[in-house]
Amino acid sequence: MMKLVFALAALAALALVPAFAGPYPLGLGIGILGYGVLATAWAMFSGPTRYISLATVAFFGLGAYTVAVLADMLPYPLVLLVAAFVGLVVALIVGLATLRLAGIYFVIFTFGLTELVRQLVTYYEVNVTRTLGRYVFLPLGPEHIYWQLLALLAATLAIAFWVSRARIGLALRVIGDDPVVASHLGIRITRTKLTLFSISCVIMTLAGAIQAPRWTYIEPSIVFNPTTSFLVVIMALLGGPNRLFGPLLGAVPLFLLFEWLSANFPNHYSIILGLLFIAIVFVLPNGVLAAGDSLWSRLTRREARP
Amino acid sequence: MLFSAILTGLVLGGTYALVAMGLTLQYGVARIMNLAYGDIIIAASFGAYVLFTALGINPLLGMLIVIPAGFALSWLIYAVMLQPLARRSRDRGRLEGDSILATFGLLFVIQGVALVLFGSGFMSYSFLAVPVDILGTTVAANRLLAFVLAVVFGLGLWLVLTRTRFGTVIRAVAANPASAPLVGINVDSVARFAFAIGGALAAAGGVVVSMYLTFSATMGVIFTMKALIVVIMGGVGNLMGALAAGLILGLVETLVASFIDPGLTLAATYLIFLTVLVVRPQGLFGRAAR
Amino acid sequence: MTLLSLHNVTKRFGGLTAVNGLTFDLAMGETVGLLGPNGSGKTTALNLISGYLPLSDGSITLSGDAIGTLPPERIAHRGVARTFQLVRALPSLSVGENVLAALAFRKSPLWGQQAEAQIEALLADVGLSGRASQPADSLTYIDLKRMELARALASDPQLLLLDEWLAGLNPTELRAGIDLITSLRQRGITILLVEHVMDAIRALCSRCVVMNAGTKIADGPTSEVLADREVIRAYLGDEHA
Repeated sequence: MMKLVFALAALAALALVPAFAGPYPLGLGIGILGYGVLATAWAMFSGPTRYISLATVAFFGLGAYTVAVLADMLPYPLVLLVAAFVGLVVALIVGLATLRLAGIYFVIFTFGLTELVRQLVTYYEVNVTRTLGRYVFLPLGPEHIYWQLLALLAATLAIAFWVSRARIGLALRVIGDDPVVASHLGIRITRTKLTLFSISCVIMTLAGAIQAPRWTYIEPSIVFNPTTSFLVVIMALLGGPNRLFGPLLGAVPLFLLFEWLSANFPNHYSIILGLLFIAIVFVLPNGVLAAGDSLWSRLTRREARP
Repeated sequence: MLFSAILTGLVLGGTYALVAMGLTLQYGVARIMNLAYGDIIIAASFGAYVLFTALGINPLLGMLIVIPAGFALSWLIYAVMLQPLARRSRDRGRLEGDSILATFGLLFVIQGVALVLFGSGFMSYSFLAVPVDILGTTVAANRLLAFVLAVVFGLGLWLVLTRTRFGTVIRAVAANPASAPLVGINVDSVARFAFAIGGALAAAGGVVVSMYLTFSATMGVIFTMKALIVVIMGGVGNLMGALAAGLILGLVETLVASFIDPGLTLAATYLIFLTVLVVRPQGLFGRAAR
Repeated sequence: MTLLSLHNVTKRFGGLTAVNGLTFDLAMGETVGLLGPNGSGKTTALNLISGYLPLSDGSITLSGDAIGTLPPERIAHRGVARTFQLVRALPSLSVGENVLAALAFRKSPLWGQQAEAQIEALLADVGLSGRASQPADSLTYIDLKRMELARALASDPQLLLLDEWLAGLNPTELRAGIDLITSLRQRGITILLVEHVMDAIRALCSRCVVMNAGTKIADGPTSEVLADREVIRAYLGDEHA
C-alpha cells in the first residue's frame, strides 16, 4: 500500500515536470521516457525467455508510420488504436512463425525484420500512396507527448508488475529455465510466449506512435533506425532485464550518455556505440544475460541472510 | 525475358551461395552466429572499389589483396574478440547469446568506419561492363565473371573440405566439437581457422558483389540476412545445401524483381525463409534433428 | 482396470530403432518396473509416454483415450507426471516456486494461498520441509531429486513415471526413497519406474517389463522375470546364463 502511494506520488511529480522544464530538458525527458518504455517492454518478454529480440525499432517505426499515414484521416485516439492493432498483427505473424522454434531462429528473424518492414513500408508508400516522405501536423506540443509517454510508461510498469506476480509470469520464467520441464508441467509454451511477445510489441508500437509528431517530417529511413533496437537491448541488459525497474534504470544513464556522444561525436557515434557494446559483453563475466540477475541476487541474498 | 531473368538469377544466386558458404563455416565449425558478416562483405566491396578507382588495380588482381585481408581481419576478430567468449562459455546456448551480442556490436563498428570513410551514398564502378551474347541473350561480362568466380571458389572450398586431411579435421569439429579433442584435434585453432576462411569467402563475395552491383555502407545487414537464410535453407554446415539454396534464392529474387516488383524482393526472400522455418526447420537439405 | 496401454510402440532415430514394437499394459494402481541394460530403450519409452518424443509407429492410450499424438502439456493435463534421468531443476526459481510451477499449470490449478499450503505439504512429504524459499540451485543432488519428485506429485498425477529416481543414493537414502515410493503406491498412484537398483525393484514392483535392444523380452511377476534366463543373458552376457 505504501509502495502504491509512493508510486502515485512519483508519477504526479513527474507529470509536473513540463511546467518547469525548458524545451531542452523536456526533450531529454521525452527521450528517457521513450527509451524507458521500450526497454521495459523489451525486458518483459526477452528477460525471462532469453529470446533476444533485435526488432524493437520495427514495431516502434510501424507505430510512427501508422500515425504519419492516418493522422489526417482519423481522430487521434483512433489512430493510436489502429497503430496498436497493426503492431499486434505483425507480432502475431512473427511470433507464430518463429516462437515454436529454437531461440536462434527468432534472433535471426528479428534481426532482419526491421529491414523487411522498412522495405515493405517503402513499397507501400511508393506504389500505393505515391508519397515517400510525410509531414505530421498534429496539435500536440512536447508536453503532450511527454504526458502520453509518462502514462504509457506507468501502464507498462504496471503490466510488467502484474506479469511478474501472475501465473503467466511464472510460466515464462519456467520456459526460460527449461522448456522441456515447462511442457511436462502442463504449460502451453507457444501460447505463453506469443501472448507476452504481443503485449511487448504493442507497447513498442505505441511508443513509436506517440513520438511520431516530434519529427514533423517522417520517412522510413528515419523511423526504422536500427540503432534504436541496439540501444534498447543494451539498456535492458545492463539495467537487469528480470527486475521491474531494471530496464528503466539502465535507460536513464545510457540515454544521457548516448545523447552526449551523438552531440559531441556525430560522425563516430556508431563506432563508439559498437565498441561500447562489445566491451559490455566482455566485462560482464557470466555473459550478458546472467549479469543483471547475478548482481541483483548477490545484493538481495546478502540482505536476506545477514 | 524469362531466360535473361534466369541468367541474372543464377549469377546473383552464385554470389549468395559463395558468401553463405563462408557463413556456414563460421557458424557450423566455429559456432559463431556472426551478425557482422555482411559488413565484412561490404568492407571488401569498398576495398575493391578503392583499389580499382584510386590505384587502377583491376578487381581480379585486387582479390589477391582483399581476400588475404579478409582472412587476416577475421582471424584477428576471432582471436581477440570471440575466442575469449568461446572459452568462457560452458554451453553452446551461452556462446550463441554472447557471440550474437558481440558481433551485433561489431556490425556497428565496421559500418561506422565505412560511413566515416565513404559516407552513406551508393557506390559502383564500371569493370568489364561489355555485353556478351549467350544463346541470344546479352549478359554483362562482369556478371558472367562473377558467376565463374563463385563457382571456382565454391568448388575449391568443397574440394579442400572433402579431399584433404585438413578438410576432414574441419568437418570433424563441425560434427562434434566435444569429441574432436579426443582424437588429437585442437578445436580452438581449427575454429579460428574456419572463422578466418569464412571471412576470406566473405571478402571474395564482397569483391564479386562490387563488380556488378551498387552497394552502400549500410547494406551489410541485408547480406547477412540473405546469407543466414541461405545457410538455414541449406542446413547448417552443409556446403552443397548452401549452393542449392543460394541459387534458389537468387532465382526467386530475380524473378520477383522482373515479373512482380523490385520493391518486393526482400519480402519474397523472407517468405521463403518463413516457409522453410515452418515446414523444415532443419533446412531443405539438412538431416532431421533428433 | 487398465490405465496405460502401449501397443506396438516404435521409435526410430534415422537408421536406429530405439524402441521396436513395444506392447504392454499398466493396471490402475500397479507399480511396474521397466528394466533392461543401458541403451535398451527404457528412457525412450518413458519419453514416448510423456510426449517428449513423437511416436514413429504404434499407439498409446491412457484410460482408453489415445495420447500418442498429444504434446507433453496435454498429456500432463491428463494426469501423467514424470521425473528425469538427469535431474531437471528450474535453477533460477526457488524450491517452492519449482513446486508452484506444477501446481499452477495442472488440470485444476492452484494459485495464491491455497498453493502456498499445498507447497509446504508436498515438500514435507519428500523431506524438504521449510525449505521453500531456498534457491533451487543451492540444493544437493539428493535434495534436487526430492524436489523433482515433489514437483511431479504437485501435478496430481494418476500415472507417475520415475526415471532412475533411486540411482546414486546411499543405503540410508535408498531406504527412505523406497519408503517414499511405497507411500505413493498406497495413495493409489500408478507408477512406472525405470530402475537399475534390484533391491528397490524387488521391494516395490509386483511386476516387471524387461527390454533389450528396443524390444520387450520379458513381462511378468518380478521374481519370475528376474530368474528368466534370457533376462540374465541380456544383462550379464551369454556365459552367465
